[in-house]
Amino acid sequence: MTEIAKDRSMEIQKEMLADHYRRLEDAPKSGEPVVYTFVPGNLNELVRSFDALPVFPEINALQSAMRGKSAGYIATAEKAGHSEDVCSYVKCDVGMARSGNVGPTGTRLPRPDLLLLSYTGCYTFMKWFELLREEYDCPVVFVQVPYQGDGSITPGHRAYVARQIRETVIPALERLTGKPYDEGRLRESLARSARAEEDLVAVFESAMRRPSPIDAYFGAVYYVGPIFSAFRGTEEGAEYYRTLREEVEERARQGLGPSTPSGVLTRQKYRLVVEGPPNWTHFRDFWKLFSDEGAVVVASTYSKVGGTYDFGFRHDMEDPLGTLADYCGGCYTNIDLPGRVRMLADYVERYSADGFVIHSVKSCNSFSAGQLTILREVEKRTGVPGAFFESDLVDPRYFSPANLKNRLESYLQMIEARRGAAAR
Amino acid sequence: MKTFVGIDLGSTTTKAVVLDEEGAVLGRGITNSRSNYDLAAEVARTEAFVSARFSLLRAGVERAAGPAALDRLLRAFRLEQRLVQWARLRQWIEASAPRAAPASLQSALAATLEELFARLVAEEEERFRGDEAADRSDFFRDAAGSAYARVAQEIADPRGVTCDLLIGLYDHSIIAVENEPLDLGFPNHIRAALARCEGAPGVAEAAQAAASADLEIAASVGTGYGRARLPFPKEQIRSEILCHGLGAHAMFPATRTVLDIGGQDTKAIQVDGDGLVTSFQMNDRCAAGCGRYLGYIADEMNMGLHELGPLALESRAPVRINSTCTVFAGAELRERLSLGERREDILAGLHRAVILRAMSLVARSGGIADEFTFTGGVAKNPAAVLALRNLVAENYGERRINISADSIYTGALGAALFARRAA
Repeated sequence: MTEIAKDRSMEIQKEMLADHYRRLEDAPKSGEPVVYTFVPGNLNELVRSFDALPVFPEINALQSAMRGKSAGYIATAEKAGHSEDVCSYVKCDVGMARSGNVGPTGTRLPRPDLLLLSYTGCYTFMKWFELLREEYDCPVVFVQVPYQGDGSITPGHRAYVARQIRETVIPALERLTGKPYDEGRLRESLARSARAEEDLVAVFESAMRRPSPIDAYFGAVYYVGPIFSAFRGTEEGAEYYRTLREEVEERARQGLGPSTPSGVLTRQKYRLVVEGPPNWTHFRDFWKLFSDEGAVVVASTYSKVGGTYDFGFRHDMEDPLGTLADYCGGCYTNIDLPGRVRMLADYVERYSADGFVIHSVKSCNSFSAGQLTILREVEKRTGVPGAFFESDLVDPRYFSPANLKNRLESYLQMIEARRGAAAR
Repeated sequence: MKTFVGIDLGSTTTKAVVLDEEGAVLGRGITNSRSNYDLAAEVARTEAFVSARFSLLRAGVERAAGPAALDRLLRAFRLEQRLVQWARLRQWIEASAPRAAPASLQSALAATLEELFARLVAEEEERFRGDEAADRSDFFRDAAGSAYARVAQEIADPRGVTCDLLIGLYDHSIIAVENEPLDLGFPNHIRAALARCEGAPGVAEAAQAAASADLEIAASVGTGYGRARLPFPKEQIRSEILCHGLGAHAMFPATRTVLDIGGQDTKAIQVDGDGLVTSFQMNDRCAAGCGRYLGYIADEMNMGLHELGPLALESRAPVRINSTCTVFAGAELRERLSLGERREDILAGLHRAVILRAMSLVARSGGIADEFTFTGGVAKNPAAVLALRNLVAENYGERRINISADSIYTGALGAALFARRAA
């Protein structure tokens, strides 16, 4: 397999992750409290303002898949009684926990001291924490987050979530850490989040250029890693995004494309928008299918699962709990179907895409339900053809390379043929 | 004459189409796909050129001696090809005989094989003389297999050269015969074929002209599952989706929706007025409901694939089948049989189940607003066609449904048209 050239930002990120996982490994000795939480709507700034360390089970699951461990973990979970149809993130995590809880960097993960669920748009998350509660016998804090059924977060939603943060989450963190809530510290952290968010949006929007200096799906998976997880609101996180933005702007100045498994992809034949999470077990192979054909992704919805910053949201230090509430309700899967259609159609148009691809995964109903409707609607609004791929997140049994290749080639050849027809 | 070749390397069969300079179909060839894709492509192409040369001599022979003479010449040609295949099969079987049976049986085995092949060849010759209709299957493996098994059963000796021994030899050798290039091309056999036909004046001349016609391959395009294995550069490879769309458009210019059910995938395709694909859907997590499913059912029922549809059509009370999982289908089939359901009713249900899966892809791709074309190997199955007609009418109302007798060549035709465009 072709090794992708490592950008400097990737090296920095690797070190950040290694440090974080080392700290987690040491937590039982150092006494740093550990909070398990999920990516969408996470309260990282708040958790870290209490000097607690976050663990993100779905990131561990996807990392396990990238390291070729998920098949074994899933088999372990299935042996423990989870059916084939259960979300593969859950099974991968359960399997990992039962196999010594060794995390993505090869270090052991600590047990949780608190399970903090701050996004309830995914019911599987709730069941997942129920399972972990059984496994670890630790407290769970649960924030009810209303769905954006009417396409927006209303003042009522915000107040409802902010109250839960104030009345439930903060006291739980105070009990856990023995420290009082420090709003000044939280505000500083939120200000750093906003700076990183600003830089990240600039990185995303660089894809409007031709050639695009980034791949906004496969490459963006790396770009969003820190901000969707333990590093949003931290000094090192803000620094990472400053570096990333400079790196991308430099690449844009040089007229270079992104580093991909097929090399630096400067000759970009197809600009695509992608909806849905990637497949993690064959991540590089999947990416290579695209890059080998000269296809670059210019915008994706998956890179917004931890926040739709490019539509204006920034963490606001002036209203700490209100902004956290908005963040909980603003993640991509909490947006209603018309909102998702608008967003995709907007991407297709603003980023001058030749097409859009929906990658539908077996495991995630939050993403997959309604995707065919989305496909038709976006096609209707933009006149740009869509493609529909199916596989899974971390269960390798659902990834069929020959079929996906067949479909992608057909799709790109279709775009090519239509271009030819349009030119005539 | 310049020709354009399209090759569709499917999971079950490999098809080739030869077009003339005007884009008209000159010849078609088909063979079963083997482990050796290059060979499968070569065999299909050779067959397509045989058929192309018959196209060239058609007018001349018909003028000289009438349509019956052409038919007879073609059958004589097929007989010559068949004899080459039988001879080669016999060589392989005789070569493996010493390892397949103890020394004490060798002379009896040799005598049995002598008789077996003499009878098989005599049958072929007899059928030709008696003007009997050609085999239903195009493939040597299928036709030879059933004839060989029948004769083997008749002449086997339960205490000596058993039927099992003979069948074992066949199974082992037929693969070898299929996986080597045999010279079955036009120039090699047309002379012998002519000798078998009482030559009306003009027939030999027409055949001679066809044999010496210069058919130059100006461009080739490959498609289908094995396309990456074709010895073609990347720009000569087209996705089968595009090829099926264009091929269906060439056959039925008003078609806007194409359904192709092949060996291991099902494709629903929407095309515009120029045959360009505007949208498509395929199965990809699972191959349930594809042609291979019917092949599996045929094996389970110990029937030929082509016998399934006609039997299913005899059903008066189709059974509802839930599973289109290829593996579960065997279990469901046996359970239904044990419950006393009639075979034709079960088969009718199975065909409906396959088409139901396909209808879901059709709906996803955009539905059927206009003329509809059904292609792929499954379009040859009358029960599948009936189920499709019913389901299309139920879901979309009356729609014109096109099924070409040559629908299995749709992908290869599209590929050949792409080759012609590119040249």
